Amino acid sequence: MRPFTKHTGLAAPLDLANVDTDMIIPKQFLKSIKRTGFGKNLFDELRYQDEGQPDQPCEGRPLREEFVLNQPRYAGSSVLLARQNFGCGSSREHAPWALDDYGFRSVIAPSFADIFYNNCFKNGLLPIVLESEEVDQLFAEVSAKKGAQIVIDLEAQTVTSPSGTEFSFLVDNFRKHCLLNGLDDIGLTLQQEDSIRRYEEKRMNEAPWLFLSREH
Amino acid sequence: MSAKTLYDKLWDSHLVQQRDDGSALIYIDLQLLHEVTSPQAFEGLRMAGRKPWRISSSLATPDHNVPTTKKERISGVEGIEDPVSKIQVTTLDDNCNEFGITEFNMKDIRQGIVHVVGPEQGATLPGMTVVCGDSHTSTHGAFGALAHGIGTSEVEHVLATQCLVQKKSRNMLVRVDGELSPWVSAKDVVLAIIGAIGTAGGTGYAIEFGGTGIQSLSMEGRMTVCNMAIEAGARVGLIAVDDTTIEYVKGRPYAPKGEHWDMAVEAWKDLVSDKDAQFDEVVVIKAEDIKPQVTWGTSPEMVIAIDEAIPRAEDQTDPVKKEGYARAWKYMGLEGKTTLADVTLDRVFIGSCTNSRIEDLRIAADVVKGRKVASSLKQAIVVPGSGLVKAQAEKEGLHHIFEEAGLEWREPGCSMCLAMNADKLGAGEHCASTSNRNFEGRQGFGGRTHLVSPAMAAAAAIAGHFIDVNELVKH
Repeated sequence: MRPFTKHTGLAAPLDLANVDTDMIIPKQFLKSIKRTGFGKNLFDELRYQDEGQPDQPCEGRPLREEFVLNQPRYAGSSVLLARQNFGCGSSREHAPWALDDYGFRSVIAPSFADIFYNNCFKNGLLPIVLESEEVDQLFAEVSAKKGAQIVIDLEAQTVTSPSGTEFSFLVDNFRKHCLLNGLDDIGLTLQQEDSIRRYEEKRMNEAPWLFLSREH
Repeated sequence: MSAKTLYDKLWDSHLVQQRDDGSALIYIDLQLLHEVTSPQAFEGLRMAGRKPWRISSSLATPDHNVPTTKKERISGVEGIEDPVSKIQVTTLDDNCNEFGITEFNMKDIRQGIVHVVGPEQGATLPGMTVVCGDSHTSTHGAFGALAHGIGTSEVEHVLATQCLVQKKSRNMLVRVDGELSPWVSAKDVVLAIIGAIGTAGGTGYAIEFGGTGIQSLSMEGRMTVCNMAIEAGARVGLIAVDDTTIEYVKGRPYAPKGEHWDMAVEAWKDLVSDKDAQFDEVVVIKAEDIKPQVTWGTSPEMVIAIDEAIPRAEDQTDPVKKEGYARAWKYMGLEGKTTLADVTLDRVFIGSCTNSRIEDLRIAADVVKGRKVASSLKQAIVVPGSGLVKAQAEKEGLHHIFEEAGLEWREPGCSMCLAMNADKLGAGEHCASTSNRNFEGRQGFGGRTHLVSPAMAAAAAIAGHFIDVNELVKH
C-alpha cells in the first residue's frame, strides 16, 4: 500500500449530505474483477448526463456541467470536502478504489459511514473527521478562492486551511501507523499466528461444533 | 463480573488479541462469499502466495449478477447473456475450485442470496462471528451472532488469517414494546425505527433489537429487522437467542448434531444481554404506533406511514435536510402530489435479502390471491431468495397464486434490489420494492424506489398505487 504522510492538494467541495456508495460508484461498474480503473466512473450519475456502461470510454460523454468535479477550477483536485454521513450504504470497496483511482488522497467530512471509513485505510486514502463548523469553514475558503489548497499532515494529525487555520483530527494509532508506513495488515496479523492458534485450541474445546469440516 | 450486553459477550468470546489503541484482533467463524466483492481478494491471496487459513469456515454462492429468467438460467453460468456478469460468476466458480471452498453454484438448488442461504443451511449459528463482503451481513445477527459487512481487503484478510482487526462499537438497545397491528410486519418495524433514528443514527453502534414487538417475530421477520440495521448506520444488528432461534436452527444441514447439538444449545442459552447490562443509548418504540410504512425519498430515513402526507422541503428547518428533501422531491418526481397514494406505480419487486424468504412469499401470496395486478403496471416480479425457498413455495402452490394474479415467478438471486442483472427500472419509473435501499439510481438509472413490506408491495401491485393493505383486504 502507498504510504500517506503529508499531502498538499487542491480541494473540491461536494456540498451534499448522505452521499452513498451507489453515488460514488454505481453498481454496473462493480462487475470488474480488478481493483483499478474505477476513476473514470467515480460519481458517474452525478458527473455525466447519460447512463454509463462498464468498458465504455468516457471521453465525449455529455457532462453535468454544474457538478463540482466538472468545473475546470477543480480539475486535478486531490482532497474531497464532503458533508455528513459520507459513504453510507453498501460495503463495496470499489468506492475508495474509485476515489483513489481518480486521484483523491483524502476525504474530509463531519462524519462517515463505518464500513466506508474502514475501507479507506486499506487503500492509502485518509478519511478525516472534523467538526461541522470546521468543515463549513473549509467549504467557504475553498469556494471563495480559486486554486485553494489544503495541507494534511498525518504525523501531526492536522489539516491546514487555505488561509492558514490549523485543525486537528483524531485517528487510531494502529491505522495511522499502517498508513504512515504503507503496511499491509495481513502480514502484520500473520505475525500473531501463535495467538490465533492458541485461541483456536481453546475455542475448539469450548465450542467444537464451530470447527467441523463441511462436506462438499 | 459486571453485567454484559449480548454484543459484549460475542465480542469477548472472539477476542484473540486486544491492542493498546483500542483496536483488537477478532476471530471469524464464518465467511460468506459472493461473486462481486471476492475476486480481488482471491487475486490478492494468489499474488502473495497465501492460502486460506481454514477453508471449512467459508461458504460461497453467486447472487448479485445472476439472471432470474428461466431462459437464461437453464444452462447455468453459460446462459448468462451479459459477458461481464458471466466473467464475474465464472471467476467465483474458478476461485472456489482452486482454493477448495464449498460453493453452491448456479446449477445447485441451494444457490441463492448469501443472506438467505447461510441461515437456511444452518451455516449461520448463534454465537458465531459472521462476515461477508456485503453490508447486509447484519442479517445474521437475528441468530444472536456477531455479523457485519466488510470490504474486499478485509475479505482477503479473513481468508488469510481467520481474523479481522476491529474496534469495538458502542451498545444501543432499540426496544419495540407491545403488539404489532394486523398486516404490520418486521419490515414496517425496521423502517419505522430508521425513520425515528435516521440513517446515521446507529453509526458507531451495535444495535440490539428487543422487546415484545421483536420477540414475537419469526426468524424470517427477525432477519428482516437485522438486515436493515445498516440502513440505520449500524454495521451490527442483534437479537437475543430464544426458543424461536433454536427451533429454526434444529435439523438444518450444517447445524450441529447429537452430542454437539446438546452442548451448543446449552451454550446458546447465554446469548442474551444480562439483566443489568448497560447500553450507551436506548430507544423505545411502541409497537401499536407502527403503521404500514412507505419510503417517499432517496434515503431509507425518508419514510412515512401510508396515511401521512409527504413531508415538504420548505417545512424543514435544518438547512442540510431542507436541501436533501428538495433534491429527493425532484428526483422522485413528487411535485403536485400530497400522499403516496397519488404516485402511479410502474413496477413491483418482491424479493431481496430483506424480504425473499418463505414467510414473505406466503404473505404476498395471501394478499394477491384471487385478485389481479393493476393493468397500469408494466411489470410485477417475485424473486425467491434461494432455490430451496423457490422449491418450498412451489410445493405450497404459491407460484400459481402469483402467476394467476399476473406476477412473474422468477429464479433466485438479488435481482432488482440493485439491478446488476437484467432486472431494472427505467428512468423515471416508480417501483414498490421489498428491498432495502432507495438511493438514486439503485434499481436502475433514474429509477424511483419506494421501500415497503411484502404485504404492502402486493397490495400496491393490485391497486397500481400505494394503499394500506388493511383497506385492500377488506374488499
